[in-house]
Parts: sequence; structure tokens; C-alpha cells
Amino acid sequence: MLRNVSLQVPVGSTLAVLGRNGAGKSTLLRILATLLRPHAGDVLVFGEALPRRGFAVRGRLGLLAHDPLLYRDLSARENLGYHARLFGVGDERVEELLDAVRMGARADEPVRLLSRGMVQRVAVCRTVLHAPSLLLLDEPLANLDPSAVELVAPLIGRAAGATRVLTSHDPQAALAEADLVLGLEDGRAAFLTSPDKVDSAAVNRLYV
Amino acid sequence: MRTALTVLRKDLLLELRGFETLPAMILFAIVTFVIFHFGLNQDTIDGQLAGGVLTVTLLFAAMLGINRLFVAEREQGGFDAFLLAPVDRSALLVAKASALFLFLVVLEVIAVPAFGLLLLGPSLGPVLPGLIVVLALGDVALAVIGTLVSAIAVQTRARDLIGPIIGLPLLLPALIGMARGTGPLLVPHASGSPPGKWVAILALYDLVFALLSYAVFDFLLED
Repeated sequence: MLRNVSLQVPVGSTLAVLGRNGAGKSTLLRILATLLRPHAGDVLVFGEALPRRGFAVRGRLGLLAHDPLLYRDLSARENLGYHARLFGVGDERVEELLDAVRMGARADEPVRLLSRGMVQRVAVCRTVLHAPSLLLLDEPLANLDPSAVELVAPLIGRAAGATRVLTSHDPQAALAEADLVLGLEDGRAAFLTSPDKVDSAAVNRLYV
Repeated sequence: MRTALTVLRKDLLLELRGFETLPAMILFAIVTFVIFHFGLNQDTIDGQLAGGVLTVTLLFAAMLGINRLFVAEREQGGFDAFLLAPVDRSALLVAKASALFLFLVVLEVIAVPAFGLLLLGPSLGPVLPGLIVVLALGDVALAVIGTLVSAIAVQTRARDLIGPIIGLPLLLPALIGMARGTGPLLVPHASGSPPGKWVAILALYDLVFALLSYAVFDFLLED
């Protein structure tokens, strides 16, 4: 549950959300993704009030969640083709992304046969299929080895050019990516500041 | 419509890959006919009893499909993926109801001849067109109500229980219509045309619940 969290993320910037398990990081992302309805308060994405105007923002955001949102019995290519049709994106974009994350050779195998790292690469492709302006990234680098991290960086990193809200259990990595840092403690904002002003003791307290 | 076809295509592909639903439905129906064959202690049945046995068997086989209709969406994130897309949410209802309708048609293509072989006294041939009309109308009811109920049940922990508890009372008028509509077709030397009154009731029931489901489905997908 989130309480008294108030913030604004400028277009093109990155907000890193820190906090231990259950602090409310994923809840915040799901509210922004229009998947959860806030019981109180105001949420605006691209100036549109959620959840009432959710339909106006859905095509402009991409959510990379803990769950890859892929069907295990379908191949990576079939999964991405399905999502591409839902978003009105052509199949050439699917091939372009599969090549970008070097999954072309394994793209026709059922997702259940792929390693976790490979599944995460396909999930990254799903997230950016429609070139969203807002990326909601929940532990985006989970299960990825260093070479895979490099592969996905142009798609979901700062180079992607999108506004980003990302969560991480690795504060140092998150701070390096962020323009703004939100510390969550039991659903409340412990701090909201720029990365250079973050007190390391305050960050450590989040994980105690 | 394009979105509904996309989701339907995906659902059929998943069934072809996993064969998790249809074989169970078909096997259940055949086994039930065998049990009725020995349980009723009759070589053949006809008339209203035959209509009732066929309807009950198809209903319980359909419940297996209804219980599994949204399982992949719930367990593999399909709901979230669909809700994130900028599409009309009612497309999911149309796609799932169409998938269930197709499963029921495939089930009946196998189960009805099996019923004719294992239990039914009169020949199916002359009454087949009338039987298809009644079963198709019944299938629409099962598909629409089944999709609605499954969407509710899958969000609960006791989904296998919730499906029948909500679904069976809602389906009762359609089931009575199916049994009453098929009974007169399954007597020796039947005329071949189904009773107009029950066909009309089934059609009206389908229309009302299709519209009702379309109206409320969006709200069922909310968190």
C-alpha cells in the first residue's frame, strides 16, 4: 500500500525507486501502468488522469514486470507477434528487436525452454515493441549477465530516450541511472531527491 | 474484431501446443456415455431421457473447458499483457467465448456420434440438421455464460468451485431449453425439426446474455 507519495517526473528523465521487498515499488509501477486503481489521490500520466483516462496512455507506456508476460508454450517470435498485433506494430519490428537482443536463433523455441536470462531479453523486446514514451521497469536487469545488460541498454537504458521509472535492489546501479530518487519505506516516501544529494545512510536505512 | 481474432488465434495455438482442454472434455463425454450405458441398464435410450443425458454430458464436459479458459491468462500474465494494450477490452470476451464455442463444436463432432453409437436407439441421420440448430444455440449460451463465469472464477482462489456454483444456476434456462429442444428429435421416426418454442427461448437467452456479458465484462477486468 502507498501513502503520502507525491512526486513529478519530468519528461525524458529517470526516476529510481528504492526500497526493500514489500515497500510498494511494484505497486507504484502497476498504478502508473493502469493495472491498479488507486483508492485515493491523483495520478496523472502524460497529463491524463488515471484510471479514468487510462485508455489514452496505454499505447504510450511499456511495463517490464517481474512476470515476463509471455506464454510459456509459445515461442519468443509467436509471443512478440501476438503483442505486436495488439499494439498495431508490424512483424518487421519483432525481427528487429529479436536481432537486437541476439535471440533470433532461439526465437522459434517455446519460451518454457529458454533460460531466465533469455526470457528476460524477450520480455524487454515485448516492453519496447511499440516504442513507448514511458518505460516502467521493475528490476529490469534481473537474470541478465553483463553481456545481456549491454544488449538491452539501447532499448531500456538512458539511450532509449524515454521517460523511465525503474526499481532496483541495487542502489548504486539505480543511482547511476537516475535523475531523481525516491526511497520507499512501508509504502511511504522516506526521501525524494536528486542522486547527488542522496544520503547513503538514508539508503541503508531503507533496507534495514 | 481484429483484436478478438488475434486473441482467438493465440488461444487456439496454445490449445494445439498443450492439448490441455479438448482431450479432457472429449474423454469425459465418452466415459460418461459409457457410464450411462451401464448405469441405466438399457441398451438404448430415446426421447426426453436421451435429450437429458446428452445435455448433462455436454454441460459437464463444457465445465472442464470453462474452468481452464482463463488459466493461461492468470498464470502467465496474459491478463496484464492484454490490459496494457490500447485495445477494446470486450475483444477478450469475444475471443474467449469464440474459443469456447469452437471447443464445444469439436467436442460435439466427436461426442454426438459416440452418443449415437453407445446409447441412442433411433438413428441420428434424419434429425441431424435440427439437432445442430439446438446444440449450436446451446453452445452459444455455454460459451457466453462460461466466459463470464470463468473470468470471475479465475480471480478467486477456489476457481474450480466458483465456476459451477455461479455458472450452473445461470445456465439452467439454457440447459432446460437444450434438453427440451433435443428430446423430440431423439424419438423413433422424429419429424426432424426442433420444437420452435424451445429454439426461440434458447435464441432469446443467447441474445440477452450476450448483451449483458458485453456490458459487464469491462468491469470484471478491473483490479
